[in-house]
Amino acid sequence: MFRILVIMVVLLLPPVSAYAVEPDEILPDPVLEARARDISKKLRCVVCQNQDIDSSNAGVARDLRLMVRERLIEGDNDKEVLDFIRARYGDFVLLNPPFQPKTAVLWLTPAAFAVVVLLAGAIILVRHRSKPGADVLSAEEEAEVREFVKAQQAGNRT
Amino acid sequence: MVPEMGHFALALALALALVQSVLPLIGVAKKNLLWMGSTRATSVGQLLFVALAFASLMWSFVVSDFTVLNVAENSHSLKPLLFKVAGTWGSHEGSLLLWVLILVVFGASVSLFGSNIPEAVKARTLSVQAWISVGFLSFLLLTSNPFERVFPPPPDGRDLNPLLQDVGLAMHPPLLYFGYVGFSIVFSFAVAALLEGRIDAAWARWVRPWTLAAWMSLTAGIALGSWWAYYELGWGGWWFWDPVENVSFMPWLLGTALLHSAIVTEKRDAFKSWTILLAILTFSLSLLGTFIVRSGLLTSVHAFAVDPERGLYILMLLGISICGSLALYAWRAPMMEGGGLFKPISRESGLMLNNLILAAATGSVLVGTLYPLFLEAVTGEKVSVGPPFFNITFVPIMLPLIFIMGIGPFLSWKRSDFKGVLQRLKFVAVLTVLATLAAWYFISGGPVLGYVSIFFSVWLFLATVREWALRIRLFELPMATALRRAKGLPRAAHGMTLAHVGLSIAMFGFIGSSIWKSEEIAFVEPGSVVSIAGFEVTFNGVERVRGPNYFAERGSLSVKKDGKLVTTLFPERRNYPVAQSSTTESAIRSTLAGDLYASISEPSSKKARESGQWTLRILYEPLVNLIWVGSLILFLGGGVSLSDRRLRVGAPRPAVKDAQAVPAE
Amino acid sequence: MARLLASLPFFIALFLGIFFLWGLNPDRDPNEIPSVLIAQPVPEFQLEAIEGLSVPGLARSDLVNASQPIVVNVFASWCVPCRAEHRVLTDLVEREGIRLFGINYKDQPADAVRWLSELGNPYERIGSDLTGRAGIEWGISGVPETFIVGETGTVLYRYVGPIIGDEAVRKIGTVLKQAGAFASE
Repeated sequence: MFRILVIMVVLLLPPVSAYAVEPDEILPDPVLEARARDISKKLRCVVCQNQDIDSSNAGVARDLRLMVRERLIEGDNDKEVLDFIRARYGDFVLLNPPFQPKTAVLWLTPAAFAVVVLLAGAIILVRHRSKPGADVLSAEEEAEVREFVKAQQAGNRT
Repeated sequence: MVPEMGHFALALALALALVQSVLPLIGVAKKNLLWMGSTRATSVGQLLFVALAFASLMWSFVVSDFTVLNVAENSHSLKPLLFKVAGTWGSHEGSLLLWVLILVVFGASVSLFGSNIPEAVKARTLSVQAWISVGFLSFLLLTSNPFERVFPPPPDGRDLNPLLQDVGLAMHPPLLYFGYVGFSIVFSFAVAALLEGRIDAAWARWVRPWTLAAWMSLTAGIALGSWWAYYELGWGGWWFWDPVENVSFMPWLLGTALLHSAIVTEKRDAFKSWTILLAILTFSLSLLGTFIVRSGLLTSVHAFAVDPERGLYILMLLGISICGSLALYAWRAPMMEGGGLFKPISRESGLMLNNLILAAATGSVLVGTLYPLFLEAVTGEKVSVGPPFFNITFVPIMLPLIFIMGIGPFLSWKRSDFKGVLQRLKFVAVLTVLATLAAWYFISGGPVLGYVSIFFSVWLFLATVREWALRIRLFELPMATALRRAKGLPRAAHGMTLAHVGLSIAMFGFIGSSIWKSEEIAFVEPGSVVSIAGFEVTFNGVERVRGPNYFAERGSLSVKKDGKLVTTLFPERRNYPVAQSSTTESAIRSTLAGDLYASISEPSSKKARESGQWTLRILYEPLVNLIWVGSLILFLGGGVSLSDRRLRVGAPRPAVKDAQAVPAE
Repeated sequence: MARLLASLPFFIALFLGIFFLWGLNPDRDPNEIPSVLIAQPVPEFQLEAIEGLSVPGLARSDLVNASQPIVVNVFASWCVPCRAEHRVLTDLVEREGIRLFGINYKDQPADAVRWLSELGNPYERIGSDLTGRAGIEWGISGVPETFIVGETGTVLYRYVGPIIGDEAVRKIGTVLKQAGAFASE
């Protein structure tokens, strides 16, 4: 009864706390385990609100974590493991959206922003450089200023 | 009786808001000082009534009046008093009431304390502020009435989500809202300026204290939320790029840009269009945040009541305010006179880059947050945009800004001697490279990004300190003289130094805790020992304990270093029977060097459970507390700037007596 | 030029506003995930029968080249909504004559046997998925979930959640009719 309650709580309510990898899931090979943790952080927990399977304690998340490790032991590389899960759950399960026609806008926009910033920076540099003499007075202007100052000083003395 | 009083008070506040949205504008058109000055009465009146409404709701929570639906759904008689009080703003209706309260607080403050602002500007600004009040008050009264009654009252409440029963989280909404809503007043100033058709340096000066106050609150609110997530959610993370986090971060990014852009407008009468646009966009993003959290549009751990009908109302409010103000901007902004010229290498160009980069960063976060919605609308397909995307796009855009932040304070207005600046920074550059190499040598096992980030953080820290030292000529003059110079500096200068240093310190925290984090996970039984980061942690067993509204299994961990007992940690697994959920309470040992972060849980594996074992997880997060320390210093930097006398003293009026010379910058 | 740039934020805001309006559609469930299996052949899997039950197990081969469309229901004895759904499924089998196969997801055989003897067994075949591995092949995220497989072994439809209420039954009925489930009556 208690077990049912626990499982119900875990599966039917949104997982409240997370911290999910269990000691019995950990692979003996630390390199493989590190890859497993890394890949898990890139996979979305499909029953949770915006968590990865590495940090969710939902039942499905645990199954997927075990599946990832199984595939790694079989010798898949990182991309193959991700593709394996993706084949069964769709692109939605990838937290890092792949670069495809449908996500082109997503990935290109930040790049476009960066380009705009660089361009704008360059334009500022060029535009203001083309007005070199703006704050240097010409010879007549210098003379005018001298006359003015003299007149002011003369005026002040009276 | 009390709830009805509160309800009626809201209606009265709405009536006053309606008056305030129209009368002052007519007053400006007819040059009628009395009507323009009516804002004092109406804004203070709104404040009093909304405060009364807020107080009535809070009272209902404190006495556990379960005939009020909001109290019945979000509270419980056994809840500790602090959380009963915090329950006032723990729901959609209550938090919206808090939103409105802060809105009218700002309105009244401008009316009461904005003595240096010309009457016409104040009148227009407060009218615009009143339009926002009308929008939100009507939203409250028509769709989200916090005072709705329920008969017969349930014997007890449904209790607040146990995750939210926490001091840090109780304070998070008020601080955040002070930030969000604080930007509303800057928005109002901006729209008022557009209505008037001009903006000048004085405008920027009036706007600065309000911008600073809002920015400070938002900084604190975000940091607090992050800190809460760190110690409450149980896996040592402090930022997840969750949509609701993103919608609080975006106004902060643009608000920072606004703060800096306004400085240029004030000092050089330039960047006017930028500043106005930033003022409008910052508040628009705040409104967007409010909308996204309450409408059920996106999935998120944070989302409030999911109700498309309310969402539609807010969307209408959003549409009118944002599209309206941006249309006004499109019409009026090109008429605003441009300002001072500046050379490519100058403080202005640095701040221009600041604006651009922060805008680009905000744009990236916005695209990432909204893309799933966009794609689903266009093709029906679902895609996830998670932390990997944001880390890949946000960080490379921001790092150049960190670099520029180091140089910026060295640049002078209008034109700067670049060779001189480079000369002054030579020493800093060398030190930074050395520090990075030292880090690479002594701290092993990090990715390249880690060392690159260290480079930028050290650069920012050293360059900022160097600029301050140069300004007071710290190493050239005797210490006493230098310190006297420091006292003579305008507070805003100290504010800048503090804020930039604070950011660099926080960056060290970001880097240490995310890149050099270590973790140990094991099945343990009494007597098991786990080693991590030089500590020996012994599991002593679990005992059952009781709290005010929960039961818990409390584990006991002895932490030793070099054989000596350093501390004992007590992580818990709590079960809240009324709310029917459980939480993990981690136990943390904090030092500046890092946090030891432990939690226990029941294993999934039947075998382990049956043999009485528990799953123990320990994280070691180096330097994580520097995040909070740095954020605090960032916050204080804003405060120091805010306390600058020049923000309170208006332009010297031609007076009979000699005006006191105000230290100019 | 300045006018054009200045109008840009307005148009972007308008653009976004339209998407938000669309997003507010009450029928839209932001948590719903489309199944990858639709219009694809049934995934590869092979499950033994539940220990202690005479009903045979379930594998891919049973779903390819069937005489009529098959309803594959993923259930478990510990799943509370499955109880409610059981009534509806039994009804569909007895009255409409649909063919019902089951996948018993992460359930102890003894519990499943007890549950079925208490409620009745409408399933022609049941595969015992003790580890949840077959569930992953089908891309399920919880229980109950129901799939409709066409005669050629192509997955036609997925329903997430218990099939209770007129709306759900109607949806299932429509798909089955389109697939030709009732043609032989």
